[in-house]
Amino acid sequence: MIDVKIINPFLAATMHVLKTMAQVDARPGRPFLKKDDLAMGDVSAIIGITGAAQGSMALIFTEKCIKDIASNLLGEPFTELNHEVRDAVGELTNMICGDARRRLAEDGFILQAGIPTIVGGKGHTIMHVANGPRLAVPFETNAGSFMVEVAFQT
Amino acid sequence: MAYKDMVAMVVDDFSTMRRIVRKILKDLQFREVIEAENGAEAFKLLQTNKVDLIVSDWNMPVMTGLELLKMVRADERLKGLPFLMVTAEAQKENIVEAIKAKVSNYVVKPFSPAVFAEKLAKIIPS
Repeated sequence: MIDVKIINPFLAATMHVLKTMAQVDARPGRPFLKKDDLAMGDVSAIIGITGAAQGSMALIFTEKCIKDIASNLLGEPFTELNHEVRDAVGELTNMICGDARRRLAEDGFILQAGIPTIVGGKGHTIMHVANGPRLAVPFETNAGSFMVEVAFQT
Repeated sequence: MAYKDMVAMVVDDFSTMRRIVRKILKDLQFREVIEAENGAEAFKLLQTNKVDLIVSDWNMPVMTGLELLKMVRADERLKGLPFLMVTAEAQKENIVEAIKAKVSNYVVKPFSPAVFAEKLAKIIPS
């Protein structure tokens, strides 16, 4: 079982980062346990986490959603899933993970993070290293959906 | 010196954050913004470019922002440069480490342009 005390800061961080940096309202849906590695989207980034817990966090966007978010983030329209849009997925992952770690540190739960890796393409996979359950939380925005996945070693 | 006469260097491994910071600095009327992808590239550029402000990420491959800060503070010619750390590493011990290394100020990600401008104004009044 994943402790909600660890997961909730990642969800709060997701909403906070998107609102602050891209003026995007992200609404979380019902979390579920994911059984396979297939990414439910077109472009993803994954970041490794160490310290009080070992695991990883991934952010998976549909093309329509990330193009809209990147346009807001960078102040210019993006019509293609190009290098700049992919880079934005990495930086968003970095910021969300950082904000979540800051929230967890307030409760004495100290985590460190690596540098995000960006992957993409139809049918790409997300390889979490942790053997524990993989919690997926779908989010909706006015421009489409994205997913946050968190997995920790048990 | 006013912002309009100043050259800033933005150091970040993600082009997204470089572009966000570049846009804020240009909106604040900075004359020129130079970019580097990591601390090592930044330090090399500092040898040949006159820069009035460094805005650096913390967590980067090759050379981190903290390592760059220490190298800048140890360099006779560069040691007085205003150094603004833009970081997701906002845990207390990280901030203490940066202050010990004589960072001028820091901005925690995520941030709004107004917060960035406020942090900058504390080290370089506009």
